[in-house]
Amino acid sequence: MKRTAITGIGVVAPGGVTREAFWEALVAGRSATRRISFFDAAEFRSQIAAECDFDPQAAGLRPQEVRRMDRYAQFAVAAAIEAVADSGLDLASEDRERVGVALGSAVGGTTLLESEYVVVSDGGRDWLVDPGYASPHVYQGFVPSALASEVSVRFGAQGPSVVVSTGCTSGIDAIGYGHQMIQDGEANIVISGASESGISPISMACFDPIRATSSRNDDAATAARPFDRDRDGFVMGEGGAVLVLEELGRACARGAHVYCEISGYAGRGNAFHMTGLKPDGLEMSEAIMDAMRQGNHKPSDIDYVNAHGSGTRQNDVHETAAIKRALGEHAYRIPISSIKSMVGHSLGGIGAIEMAACALAIEHGIAPPTANLTQRDPECDLDYTPLVARRLPIDVALSTGSGFGGFQSAMILSRDALGEAA
Amino acid sequence: MITSMPQRGRRAVITGVGVVAPNGIGNDAWWAATTAGTSGIGRITRFDPSRYTTQFAGEVDGFDALDYIERRLKMQTDRWTWMGLAATSMALDDASFRPAEHDPYSMSVITASSSGGNEFGQVEIQKLWAKGASHVGAYQSIAWFYAATTGQISISHGMKGASGVVVSEGAGGLDALAHGRRAVLRGIATVVSGGVEAPIGPYALTCQMATGRLSSVKDKTAYRPFDGQATGYVPGEGGAILLVESLESARRRGVREIYGEILGYGATHDGHHPWACPPHAAQLTRAITLALRDARIEPDEVDVVFADGAGSRGWDELEARALHAALGNHAAVVPISVPKTMTGRLYAGGASLDVAAALFTMRHGLIPPTVHVDRLAPDCALNIVRTSQRADVRTALVVARGYGGFNSALVLRRMRAADIPNDNDLEDQ
Repeated sequence: MKRTAITGIGVVAPGGVTREAFWEALVAGRSATRRISFFDAAEFRSQIAAECDFDPQAAGLRPQEVRRMDRYAQFAVAAAIEAVADSGLDLASEDRERVGVALGSAVGGTTLLESEYVVVSDGGRDWLVDPGYASPHVYQGFVPSALASEVSVRFGAQGPSVVVSTGCTSGIDAIGYGHQMIQDGEANIVISGASESGISPISMACFDPIRATSSRNDDAATAARPFDRDRDGFVMGEGGAVLVLEELGRACARGAHVYCEISGYAGRGNAFHMTGLKPDGLEMSEAIMDAMRQGNHKPSDIDYVNAHGSGTRQNDVHETAAIKRALGEHAYRIPISSIKSMVGHSLGGIGAIEMAACALAIEHGIAPPTANLTQRDPECDLDYTPLVARRLPIDVALSTGSGFGGFQSAMILSRDALGEAA
Repeated sequence: MITSMPQRGRRAVITGVGVVAPNGIGNDAWWAATTAGTSGIGRITRFDPSRYTTQFAGEVDGFDALDYIERRLKMQTDRWTWMGLAATSMALDDASFRPAEHDPYSMSVITASSSGGNEFGQVEIQKLWAKGASHVGAYQSIAWFYAATTGQISISHGMKGASGVVVSEGAGGLDALAHGRRAVLRGIATVVSGGVEAPIGPYALTCQMATGRLSSVKDKTAYRPFDGQATGYVPGEGGAILLVESLESARRRGVREIYGEILGYGATHDGHHPWACPPHAAQLTRAITLALRDARIEPDEVDVVFADGAGSRGWDELEARALHAALGNHAAVVPISVPKTMTGRLYAGGASLDVAAALFTMRHGLIPPTVHVDRLAPDCALNIVRTSQRADVRTALVVARGYGGFNSALVLRRMRAADIPNDNDLEDQ
């Protein structure tokens, strides 16, 4: 069975558009959450979000691409351009029939769909909307497959191409899909990651009635407080990250810089409730343990956990229990953190941003902090790396994800085996 | 305890089928209509289509979600999810599979979706813009997104294995089944897979019309793939859910009637343009060739082809060229069917329904027809089946494409009771 190396990273995140700016912001513990500037959110319960200050043309997109793509697709193309450049691959000289694409998104082209709807329905007046006013690109918003299509087209990638849309675990699951494509020999290289641009009225509105999002509108900069006793929900984010996945032996043979290897990936469903989580964390812990078995990892091998840490009470309790069940006593000895405290929760995009953070944590030997965590929830008794980044050798990093629909995913990145492959 | 890594010797078979289609709800009604050449396409009735250039579609008439799910769940979900849950119940019954009797972690749900709960979404966006944010309902967050159907199936049937949602427009049905096979090869015993779609609403239709690929002919014969007078396609709703199972699990359960094995799969992307037709058929050809190679079969072993049948000239010609390039001389003689002509194109549900048709064809030895095709285009020299045809079909090839350059192909192999290996033939599991 083939193994998967990560050889390129590209990031478009709130507070850090580019890999280096993103990492610098994380290490500094800077929150990018703020009052929503994209539209007037005065009538919403939650009026805050982590927005990207993103200039698509500066990120390398052509005018036609900007015109036809919804924002989430622009994020992915920008991140992919950065990731491919980082990998050192010259795709023009590669066998592009062996280059695949696997990208995730939870809500796809919702932003475009909504803005077009306002026009064709005359501001929500007409149910029988007028197609005469529709943009020629509206179908690109209707089907999230446009995301994978755009990235395949941009790089002339002719291998298998797919979008994975498992809600808030889409990011991990898309990279997991890309990883399995390499394991199974379907591609040598997979451009894989996820993106989301859900800061639109309909996406904000749908989380208001279920009180999933924070209403700390008067203190936007510290509103995302995972594991804090005063947290009151997640803060919507946007952005994306793309990784270049490459068959390990091939990456080593060409002398690529290998950040790390994907040594485990697994998913489980709680089969319980679309939004509810039981406090025992059972299914998430099963996913973690499956991923650990794949890499022959003992609990004591795990050096850092990048938590889902959305900042809802039920998540924080559920996830704490899951980590303890999977790692036992070792769970108390290692840094755990949630970068959602800084970049918000970009739904399907965040899982990929978090995998990028894990790869960079291994690369730099730094665990990014959980910002805004000043009063730890007594029900959450692990070390969540409050406020300040921590320097330590990280050979193995675990990332977890949890989402609507009951999906629980885990992925492990490691570098301990790299010497042997090289 | 499952460790999700590829294991040698595992094989993925299909043991259950559940169909919700414009020309029949339930396997028997649908298959009878399909083999009789009965179309489910008609003028749209779910809303007044007068102002739309496309006015015909394949609607599933007489579908009552309450026949399959409780009122509370119906309120919380889109029509797309109702159909997914209904087809799942049918597929589980068809396979005599009772989830409660199995390890929850051994069962996965991996469906395809293309437009999610779009009608539910239109209702809620309408409320938001007409009345204000506080009018958006609590269920929008769980009904609209593309993972809603997989999530609800997982919850309804207590399936806790690794699940997924695959999106590649019309190719999605095959990609989901292939990902289902991947899960089986990694230790999962059963996967609820396939897909359905419900894209017949005013806004959904508006979005589809923007592609320029829909027929504006106001007649139930509007969708005529490979015809020289092809005018585009007719959209439709519904699809099929399939129970993918490890051969080991099917044998352990004592399943006597296995529909067939997922023998091979290939997927490519044109990598050419976000919507335009590529100049050559190389990547669609390669998807088919990869599927044959994965199945370890020669082109002349293919007994029937279920074609993608885009229904517009350039795309049809491209598929004809791909079939000739991949199958060689066999392409001109192998029976080719497009039963989609009786349902319209169902997006994520389309290829799933074609797989169901391929499985029923193999079981019953009857190839369903391609209806309404009058005169084949000269550049589509193919043996298109126009009326139901008796044939001994052991191996079927299903081809599917998705808007934006997605190409997929799947090879299915019939598995009769005598074909099921006994203990001595199987590797130790």
